[in-house]
Amino acid sequence: MGIAETYSRGRQFAIERPFALVLAVIVVILLGDLLRGLATGQTQFADIGTLVWDGLMRGLVIGLAGIGLSMTYSILNFANFSHGDYITAGAFSGWATTYLIAGLGRADIGALLLVGAGGSVYGGTLGIGMLSTPLAVVAGIVVSGAFAIALSLAVDRTIFKPIRNEDGITLLITSIGVAFALRYLMQFVFGSDVRGTTAQPPSVSLYFIDGTVFINAHDITLLVVASALMLGVHVLLQRTKLGKAMRAMADNKDLALITGISTERVVRATWIIGGGLTGVAGYMFILWKGTLGFNDGWLLLLLIFAAVILGGIGSIYGAIAGGLVIGLTASMSVLWIPSAFSRAAAFVVMIVILLVKPSGLFSGRATA
Amino acid sequence: MSVRDDFTARIPGGDAGLIVLVLLATYLAYVLAGLVLGYTLRGQLNSIATLTFYIGVFAMLSLALNLHWGYTGLFNIGIVGFMAVGVYVTAIVTKPTYVAGGAAQVGGLGLPLWVGILAGMLAAALLGLVVALPALRLRADYLAIVTIAMSEIVRFSFLSGELQQFQLFGNRVGFGGGSGLILDFAPPLEALLRGVGLWNGYLGFVDAFQVLVPRNPKPVVDGLVYGLLLLGFVAAFYWLLKRTGESPFGRVLKAIREDEDVANALGKNTDRFKIKSFMLGCALMGLAGILWLVPQGAVTPNFFRPRVTFFVWIALIIGGAGSNTGSVLGGAVFAAVLYQGPRYFQNLVSAVFPNLDSPSGFGQAISPLISQFDPVPFLLYTVDSIRQLQLVVMGLVLIWLMHNRPEGMLGYRKETASVIPLSRPKSMAADGGSDDSVRTDGGVDSPAQGGETDE
Repeated sequence: MGIAETYSRGRQFAIERPFALVLAVIVVILLGDLLRGLATGQTQFADIGTLVWDGLMRGLVIGLAGIGLSMTYSILNFANFSHGDYITAGAFSGWATTYLIAGLGRADIGALLLVGAGGSVYGGTLGIGMLSTPLAVVAGIVVSGAFAIALSLAVDRTIFKPIRNEDGITLLITSIGVAFALRYLMQFVFGSDVRGTTAQPPSVSLYFIDGTVFINAHDITLLVVASALMLGVHVLLQRTKLGKAMRAMADNKDLALITGISTERVVRATWIIGGGLTGVAGYMFILWKGTLGFNDGWLLLLLIFAAVILGGIGSIYGAIAGGLVIGLTASMSVLWIPSAFSRAAAFVVMIVILLVKPSGLFSGRATA
Repeated sequence: MSVRDDFTARIPGGDAGLIVLVLLATYLAYVLAGLVLGYTLRGQLNSIATLTFYIGVFAMLSLALNLHWGYTGLFNIGIVGFMAVGVYVTAIVTKPTYVAGGAAQVGGLGLPLWVGILAGMLAAALLGLVVALPALRLRADYLAIVTIAMSEIVRFSFLSGELQQFQLFGNRVGFGGGSGLILDFAPPLEALLRGVGLWNGYLGFVDAFQVLVPRNPKPVVDGLVYGLLLLGFVAAFYWLLKRTGESPFGRVLKAIREDEDVANALGKNTDRFKIKSFMLGCALMGLAGILWLVPQGAVTPNFFRPRVTFFVWIALIIGGAGSNTGSVLGGAVFAAVLYQGPRYFQNLVSAVFPNLDSPSGFGQAISPLISQFDPVPFLLYTVDSIRQLQLVVMGLVLIWLMHNRPEGMLGYRKETASVIPLSRPKSMAADGGSDDSVRTDGGVDSPAQGGETDE
């Protein structure tokens, strides 16, 4: 009985979910290839450890920025393509602050405020880092969050609010317009060059089976800040009345209105929380990777979309989990495919999830 | 809006007349600006050729996009991906075979250009099929994200070093990686003229042109004639899409746009219709890409950034989605005002004030303004970075349009899926009036007037 039942259930599964089956086979093949590599010594455990750590860091940035996108996606009901440029804007504001504090008296104030546009001043020369200039970095984190909040509220008030009741596509197209205007305005002000922002941070080497994995101070900073903020959002959504109102709103807008929840208040809270996290994510991203350009947020945006869709739109835990999966995919794909395709691999994972489970891993359970 | 409708209805020649009128007005503006600033005849002709070129490509692209979005309601923001595939496949098929020591790093198959163009369109259509099969079942915003992700995957593939060169049918071919490909074969115009045996006649015509442009008239004439050729392609696209839209196939597409479930309930396999429409549009985008980039002589993957996709979207939204006339007008207005206009303005400024040295960065530009209220460096910097600012302006225009005129320049002109007029014949209901009264105040969709006011 057992075998027959298992067989018939397996058969039914194969018929109903052919994509899932193919996916499982592909995953098994890739894992087999990896194990073979490890067994024959082609791949080292330490390499994998380095890639996993790198993917984890990337995933934290994507997840942190994804929370805001996921919240606006579910509560305001549109895919915000200007989100990536909020990231860049937050990063530029925060890094201008950091440069200013770290370099005051050592360089021209204008050059510092423009984050060393045109190579006028370098972050490495200023010795910027979490351990060397902690005050400047902390101030930068705070300012990046605050600026992104102010920016997203201002954009919402002037641009999204008048067309709040239009359909999602109208809002999406409008957000593309916002993205264009913001991005190239930033290019106009800060220039198009990619500048190095940090000095080489001190790092510790961990021995890992057959080699070493390096972990530097900025990795740890990113880990701490991102985890703390994610925990904070969790507490906010689960324990406060505002959080309850937001979850209700994301779940069913009309029902939330009937129970007396003020739509505009919730929308404002969404932008404040989402914008703040986005700005900080932008700052931490630059701190972690050490370079800053006007395109950074836009290039990250598609990965963030992939993460949000992967986790299920509206679920902040989905966004975090999706971010980690996308980050790990982008980093670890180099084990199997050329590194030029690592971002492509992340997109492919997103497309596959859309095919297999369009509602996402967390089934789009609204911000819960 | 009624004033506007009256205006478009009063133009002789209807929609075609409107397009011609807008084009003439645009050219007149460019020529006048050139005259005021003392451009040479050569400069004038060149700027007209460039303008025509961009009007042509953007009109073609927004017509193709109109088939996706205006007719079928498919939110495709991966246009550059299809263009890129079209161009690269054309390049690989048409480039001469690899010879060691030649200028080109990689070769091609050495086939005629028309084979290459067909192959490029086919490849773009097949990519459309690959994208459409999974993505069409998804919501519009998911399709958007899948298509833009696809266009980036395409760009990364062409950028990657692994596909820089490979063997195909025993020939050394490739995508050239980040440095791109040299398109070392006859440009479309020459290939076309040689194909129909008019090449020598054309060269004679070029020589005759020396009356107007004494030195080396060929580039000028090439540009002008190629612009005309592109306008011919625009007309062909327009005709094709108009026919498609009016056919039973097109009616199903419009029904899908309005309500897919209803179309499904009427027994139409909507997925199949959507896939066909998507593939046709992708092939046309591929062709537009080929006609845009092949005459440039070289192509690099980073041309195909998503911003080009959004250019086409802005053009379509300016003109009004759902209307072929609007698409052409939108393409023309976008090319003349938003795309080419600022660059022309920049050229004019540097022609009038030849020896300007503008500040190299925002800091040098803004500090005199703050410290000495001297706006000149800031203005110079603004003019110098007009290529970035024009994108800011495009973004603002997009926002403004979505706020104030989401239906585009021509107003709400979406064609209904129905073949019979849906408006209520008021006078018939009231007094059983004659056919004439229906025509005078009946719906704009009535067949008697259809040729004038509707497409």
